[in-house]
Amino acid sequence: MPFTPLEAAALLPERFRRWFAARGWSPREHQLALLAKASGDRSALLIAPTGAGKTLAGFLPTLVELSAASTAVRSSPSPLAGEGAHIASRKIISTGRSVKRTGGLHTLYISPLKALAVDIARNLETPIAEMGLPIKVETRTGDTPVSRRQRQRRYPPDILLTTPEQLALLLSSDDAPFLFASLKRIVLDELHALVTSKRGDLLSLGLARLWRLAPEMRAIGLSATVAEPESLARFLVPQREGREDAADIVVAGGAAEPVVEMLDTQERLPWAGHTARHALGEMYELIKRNKTTLIFVNTRSQAEMLFQDFWRMNDDGLAIALHHGSLDVAQRRKVEDAMAAGKLRGVVCTSSLDLGVDWGDVDLVINVGAPKGASRLMQRIGRANHRLDVPSRAVLIPANRFEVLECRVAIDAIAENAQDTPPLRTGALDALAQHVLGCACGEPFFSDELYAEVLTSAPYASLTRTDFDDVVDFVATGGYALKTYERFARIKQDKQGRWRVANPKVRQSYRLNVGTIVEDTMLKVRLVRSRGGGSGSTGALGRGGRMLGEIEEAFIEGLVIGDTFVFGGEVVRYEALAEDVVYVSRANDKDAKVPSYMGGKFPLSTYLAERVRKLLDDRRAWNALPDQVRDWLSLQKDFSRVPAVRELLVETFPRANKHYLVCYPFEGRLAHQTLGMLLTRRMERARMRPLGFVANEYALAVWGLGDMSFMIRQGKLDLNALFEPDMLGDDLEAWLAESALMKRTFRTCAIISGLIARRFTGEEKTRRQVLFSTDLIYDVLRKHQADHVLLRAARADAATGLLDLKRLGDMLSRIQGRITHRELEHVSPLAVPVMLEIGRESVYGEAGDELLAEAADELVKEAMG
Amino acid sequence: MTAGAQSSEDDQQMRASRVTIADVTFIADVSGALFWQEQRLLVVSDLHLEKGSSYARRGVLLPPYDTVATLSRLAAVIARHDPRMVIALGDSFHDRDAHQRLSASDREALSAMQARRDWIWISGNHDPALPPDLGGTVANEVAIGPIAFRHEPTGAAGEIAGHLHPKARVATRGRSMERRCFASDGERAVMPAFGAYTGGLSIRDPAFAKIFSAPDFMAHVLGDRRLHSIVASRCY
Repeated sequence: MPFTPLEAAALLPERFRRWFAARGWSPREHQLALLAKASGDRSALLIAPTGAGKTLAGFLPTLVELSAASTAVRSSPSPLAGEGAHIASRKIISTGRSVKRTGGLHTLYISPLKALAVDIARNLETPIAEMGLPIKVETRTGDTPVSRRQRQRRYPPDILLTTPEQLALLLSSDDAPFLFASLKRIVLDELHALVTSKRGDLLSLGLARLWRLAPEMRAIGLSATVAEPESLARFLVPQREGREDAADIVVAGGAAEPVVEMLDTQERLPWAGHTARHALGEMYELIKRNKTTLIFVNTRSQAEMLFQDFWRMNDDGLAIALHHGSLDVAQRRKVEDAMAAGKLRGVVCTSSLDLGVDWGDVDLVINVGAPKGASRLMQRIGRANHRLDVPSRAVLIPANRFEVLECRVAIDAIAENAQDTPPLRTGALDALAQHVLGCACGEPFFSDELYAEVLTSAPYASLTRTDFDDVVDFVATGGYALKTYERFARIKQDKQGRWRVANPKVRQSYRLNVGTIVEDTMLKVRLVRSRGGGSGSTGALGRGGRMLGEIEEAFIEGLVIGDTFVFGGEVVRYEALAEDVVYVSRANDKDAKVPSYMGGKFPLSTYLAERVRKLLDDRRAWNALPDQVRDWLSLQKDFSRVPAVRELLVETFPRANKHYLVCYPFEGRLAHQTLGMLLTRRMERARMRPLGFVANEYALAVWGLGDMSFMIRQGKLDLNALFEPDMLGDDLEAWLAESALMKRTFRTCAIISGLIARRFTGEEKTRRQVLFSTDLIYDVLRKHQADHVLLRAARADAATGLLDLKRLGDMLSRIQGRITHRELEHVSPLAVPVMLEIGRESVYGEAGDELLAEAADELVKEAMG
Repeated sequence: MTAGAQSSEDDQQMRASRVTIADVTFIADVSGALFWQEQRLLVVSDLHLEKGSSYARRGVLLPPYDTVATLSRLAAVIARHDPRMVIALGDSFHDRDAHQRLSASDREALSAMQARRDWIWISGNHDPALPPDLGGTVANEVAIGPIAFRHEPTGAAGEIAGHLHPKARVATRGRSMERRCFASDGERAVMPAFGAYTGGLSIRDPAFAKIFSAPDFMAHVLGDRRLHSIVASRCY
């Protein structure tokens, strides 16, 4: 129900109404709705598309409240009236350092990006200055100088804009009770993005702390459209046992429907691959025809390759730039500035631009490759055209035939406004451990009280007392069954039973290591002149060289000196590695030898996967597909079978002296990889002599020496047994013992929980001396205390993270008794894409004796000529 | 032939490789131990016992199971070869007081291994002064026939040393793995570290170039079930 002018006037003071009018605006419904929630003392979740004036809506209640406070003081005849007196009504005396202070923090704003916090601060200055509001706004990020940070703690501004990590730091300080006692409001921006990770877990724990320090505080969450707004709304208010308390939800309407099309390419659609090179010319034309185009791709290597391709064909000299997370920060800023200044015609980018600063005049979004998820795609499309009344325009470029199906269902999902964001997380135990240590760094706490406080945070609302106590035990002495570390405890209980940090060094280490973003170890990449044909990894090489950016250590470890790869938009040759710098030279090769660094981060969403299966099963829906794709599916139907919605199609066929099994679970690459690991173990035991497997988002191909068709025919291989969900039992356990993916998952937990530090105080000498291999810890811990809290945390991550176990489990149960087998003479049309991945993507599997043997064999071949 | 027999025979074959050092043939065990069959002598290096508790003292609370893990692996390799003499090639304990932190059960396990055989603790830089009550004999170095056993390598011919914790990284087609290894050029060798918490130093580090003058020395890399001999210049 819209607000009447009278109601609007009651919510919005005169000063504000005049300001809106002067700009030729009128307040939007959702902006008034948030004001109404605020005056009703309610927390609220605003769901709005980009361009809806979300940020202003989030801050209006704060601005109105602060302006009211100021007028109240000014209208009174107090002799105090004057500069700074507007805050006199909120006088507070410090308890922390006996410094007399007046005023206090009114509103805290949390953003996932520090650049966004800085940008919002700038945007807030306009209404504050134009309305003459006596409100002080400051930012606090990792870049804020120490002197200013100290001042902020003693003389807090009215509005502080910061990040989740900085909030954790502030909460762990002695003066947190002073600093936050006056807090009335917290604004959480891009909440949909924050809550999907352990950053969100940590933030939720910070909120729980704030609710205790400032019981009057109310929250406003700003979010893109999500699948379950109700559960997101719970995040914003304290949870109580047996109740599902939630913030009120305000939905901003009125955005024009986006116009999303799939490129109907005139070229031949590739069978596999993710580069969409076939459509280069058509993409270039689109950039040429529009003013500014954002070209989103799924991985950095794709961004690199595409940018390079545009560069080669750029006869018109269009200003096209590249933006991704491993480029040098200065270079990224340059691109962003040029973009804001309207100097660029196109930017090839990754999820590095999914969120962030408003850029105004983007008129087209091109999404290359698989959309992966409907909501993600919608958010990307929202990056085009930040004006509500004009529809965003987007073109999807499928890079292969399967991606055509995915693009088709994503477009349908957007038309239906269907969402597939993940459900609210269950809080991770390693993030809780970090928070517990942070709490102990501030005021000492009683376990009972902290446990009660933690339960008010939505992700931890069902945390058991045992888990909580185990985490506290872990923070104190490592949580080991063998109680040998009592005297080395990091936190200790005093006589009353309150936990406090054992010594200042622990506090210092906490402050250096706060946060849950654990990145792969990155190496700097510098461009030097080739020394040609050299082979050593160290040795004399011109040091220095232009800095190109950073690259994952794990990628470089897979390279041999002389290998070429694409980085910073050019093909480079790996020359040397010294300390934490990778030296590369410009290579003349047109194509890089090592094509990709890692796949995309996000697997195909369960929702889109389901829709793709339905599309395949619905012959009439094929009419909406391009001819090439329809023909491909018809061929499949005639030669083998098109899988039905609920079934798992398994094909077996011989090829070049090997035997292949291809199945189509449509559950995303991560789950398929895990399935491949487990299937090959099983087949190994059944003496089917598997040799390897390869997975893509839709299918899995396993090959070996044993004739699988023959074994199935003879009844020696039962597919139902092969795909039995019990593979998630012993087989999984055995594999996890040595899985590099599991070790990587464990490493993350070890770092977040604070077992291993990633940053050290000055007294330690070099990184190498203090770095301790978490793989060694994993091996030992797994053998000697398999139920340790960190292993439990890692297992919980494995369910959804790199191993995607939960999804695999759901799939295996779904297909029980629904496996359809086709014995074929040769590869089927549907199998071609995944078969083409063989040799293109690295063959998955844990490197072991086989890799070492291969390296040794190569030498033998070399020696024998 | 039954499958079981076959696999146990495979095991015997795969578990170990023959490595010749100064004309003496040793069996290099996949666990990282070296066995001299004629002498029935087993050598292990850099056990770094109680490294976990050493870190714990500095606030890094590593799982306190490294000593029991290392000792049980040692017990297994001793059971397999039943040596007459065991040489621990230095840095057997992670720090000077580490031996005092051994648990009673770890001490017992150690005594059980020492029973009925000679046991020599070579001093290392981490454990330069070991007390006599640990059992066995403490020595700076030991010479047997043409072979000298000492902790820190000097590059002398016929020397078997530890200290450097050699490891090798092998990469093929975008995948790579890193493992501990024996490093040897046929005249001298550096043993891999045996301890559960011991990291490693790349055999491409200049420290190895000082010991092996030829760049084509071999890395005998510890795989999951067998050793792999790879020229050092092929590793990283």
